[in-house]
Amino acid sequence: MKFLLIEDNFDLAQAICSRMKQDGHVVDHAARLQDAFAYSETGEYDLILLDIMLPDGDGRSFLKRHRAGKKDTPVIVLTARSQVSDRISMLDLGADDYVTKPFDHEELQARCRAVLRRKSGTAQTTVRLGNIAFDPVAGSLIVDGVAITLRNRELRLLELLINSPGQVFPKHKLFDRLFSYDEDVSENAIEVYIGRLRKHLDPSSLRITTLRGLGYRLDYD
Amino acid sequence: MTETVNVSGSLRRRLTLTLIGGAAVLAVVLFAVVRLYAAQIAQQGQDSILSASVTSMLDAAVLRDGAVVVDFPYAALSMLSTTSDDRVFYAILQDQTLLSGYKHLSPPNGSFPTTGTFMAETPDGALIRVASDSRTLVGADTRTVITVFVAQTQEALQVTLNDISRRVALFGAGFFCLSALLSFWASASTITPIRRLTSSIARRGPQDLSPVASPVPSEMVSLVESLNRLMGRLDKALSQSEEFIAEAAHRVRTPLATVRSHAEAMLHRVDRDENRKALRAMVRAIDESSRAAGQLLDHAMITFRTDHLEREELNLTDLLQELVQRLTPVAEMKDISLLVENTEPVLVSADAILLQNAIRNLIDNALKYSPMESEITIRVSASPTPTIEIWDQGAGFPPDQIANLSSRFSRGDNAKGIIGSGLGLAIAQDVAEAHGGALKLSNLPGGGACVTFSL
Repeated sequence: MKFLLIEDNFDLAQAICSRMKQDGHVVDHAARLQDAFAYSETGEYDLILLDIMLPDGDGRSFLKRHRAGKKDTPVIVLTARSQVSDRISMLDLGADDYVTKPFDHEELQARCRAVLRRKSGTAQTTVRLGNIAFDPVAGSLIVDGVAITLRNRELRLLELLINSPGQVFPKHKLFDRLFSYDEDVSENAIEVYIGRLRKHLDPSSLRITTLRGLGYRLDYD
Repeated sequence: MTETVNVSGSLRRRLTLTLIGGAAVLAVVLFAVVRLYAAQIAQQGQDSILSASVTSMLDAAVLRDGAVVVDFPYAALSMLSTTSDDRVFYAILQDQTLLSGYKHLSPPNGSFPTTGTFMAETPDGALIRVASDSRTLVGADTRTVITVFVAQTQEALQVTLNDISRRVALFGAGFFCLSALLSFWASASTITPIRRLTSSIARRGPQDLSPVASPVPSEMVSLVESLNRLMGRLDKALSQSEEFIAEAAHRVRTPLATVRSHAEAMLHRVDRDENRKALRAMVRAIDESSRAAGQLLDHAMITFRTDHLEREELNLTDLLQELVQRLTPVAEMKDISLLVENTEPVLVSADAILLQNAIRNLIDNALKYSPMESEITIRVSASPTPTIEIWDQGAGFPPDQIANLSSRFSRGDNAKGIIGSGLGLAIAQDVAEAHGGALKLSNLPGGGACVTFSL
């Protein structure tokens, strides 16, 4: 997916960009309001991440102009202001959602998915591999023409694996992506989800291989 | 917030009392003046009749053959007859000697004036009005002076005067009552603009510091101007401090976000267990501090707002659906389902921002303490009072601490390892109580916590 990140703090923008790229997304970064207008008017984006306080203006004016320009690219606001009234005014101005800094990347991803799901049809995100069609945004997995319902964690696990088939994922890496920092569970919980995913993928040409001591790998015929 | 004002008197009472007092003085003066005037006129009437009587008696006196002859004119006395049996006296004197009549009217020393009218007293103590006149009769070789006194008691006059007094007193009392009513009305209508100004300021929301725009009487202009200046300064100070808080939050949260993002990215790159543990601890500490900062700010805002609720009509079910939609992505990350039972509208009059904050905190709590792949059930009901119940399938509240959990900064023993500030339940309780409701914590018989938030 293609993101536009509007954020004046260079370090934070770097961190977000590198994280987004890890997940296989394309990110354009604008540090100032003027650049943001230029990017959003010339490029096509699936989603815009918008910081509210910018050196040459207020992110809210971007929102206003963006909505006035009849663009329906969803906008998620990154805000450092936690007060309820601020959050509400952002939604009133046409933001689709917001996250308060500092934010959890997994939560940001979850919110992006939720927003894109609501504005269905804006993004083509279906991945086809072997005899399956998988859309991580819509949360749909079709194996041999049969729709399978996945839980959220199964879905995220499959998304991770399917983005890099053939790559070995150590158990702890998968764990970090699937479980939040305040969840009190052991890394072995991953095995449960791998087991469930294997069951779902049973009729497909995809296989999850366990490499003892190394991790898991997605293979397909 | 509510300090008692040092009250000194009442403008309205002062105005009313001044006006009523003035009316009372005016009524008394009116009574006195009219009564005096009436007495004078009545006296003039009596005097002219007495004088006429004296004159007709003098006219009847002639000198015949050197002797004074008075052909007594009875009409002269009968014109003095009244309804009140006033007594009439007369005396005719020739050269200071009593010819005929009442001897007391001719004291030997001749102290009474021989012309004019005056007051005197009879030996039995009755007040009488006396008129007198003298005439010199000239005969062939004699001159003699005839003096006539005619007197009358004043009972009829007194009766008339009393009658007039009573009428004037009634009139004065009526005047007083009317003026008293007018003064109540006048003071009430003078106070009205002050009342109107007071209520227009009292009705304002906590954020409304705009100047008073409605017209005021000229006497109140300087007061309202000072008030407007004060509110202007307050507005500036408030917006400055709001900007300051926003700026401070921005300055703190942005670097925290940078650290968190880098730590997270780093976590995906390192493999050694102790490094990963340290990075996880770092992320948790950042989350904890930012959450605490956010809730402290929210708590301050809520304490401020609970003093001045900005109530509006709203549908509790809609508000809840919005919140649930907003929290669903977070719930889904743990495969928790948020179920809202009952979609009937529940109308309440409440402060939307406060309600949102309180309920979000409660659902947040339920999300934090729920195991993965569980359900959180939220039920809205309208009767007996508007209530939201939130059940989860977690471990429930520690039974021995359940009574103290909603106090500030207190967290249950089972909260270890879960990020929180201990302010969420306190915020929800403050909001419920500000709306006249309550927050109740309980455990479900089959396990799990139940929070009942009622308005």
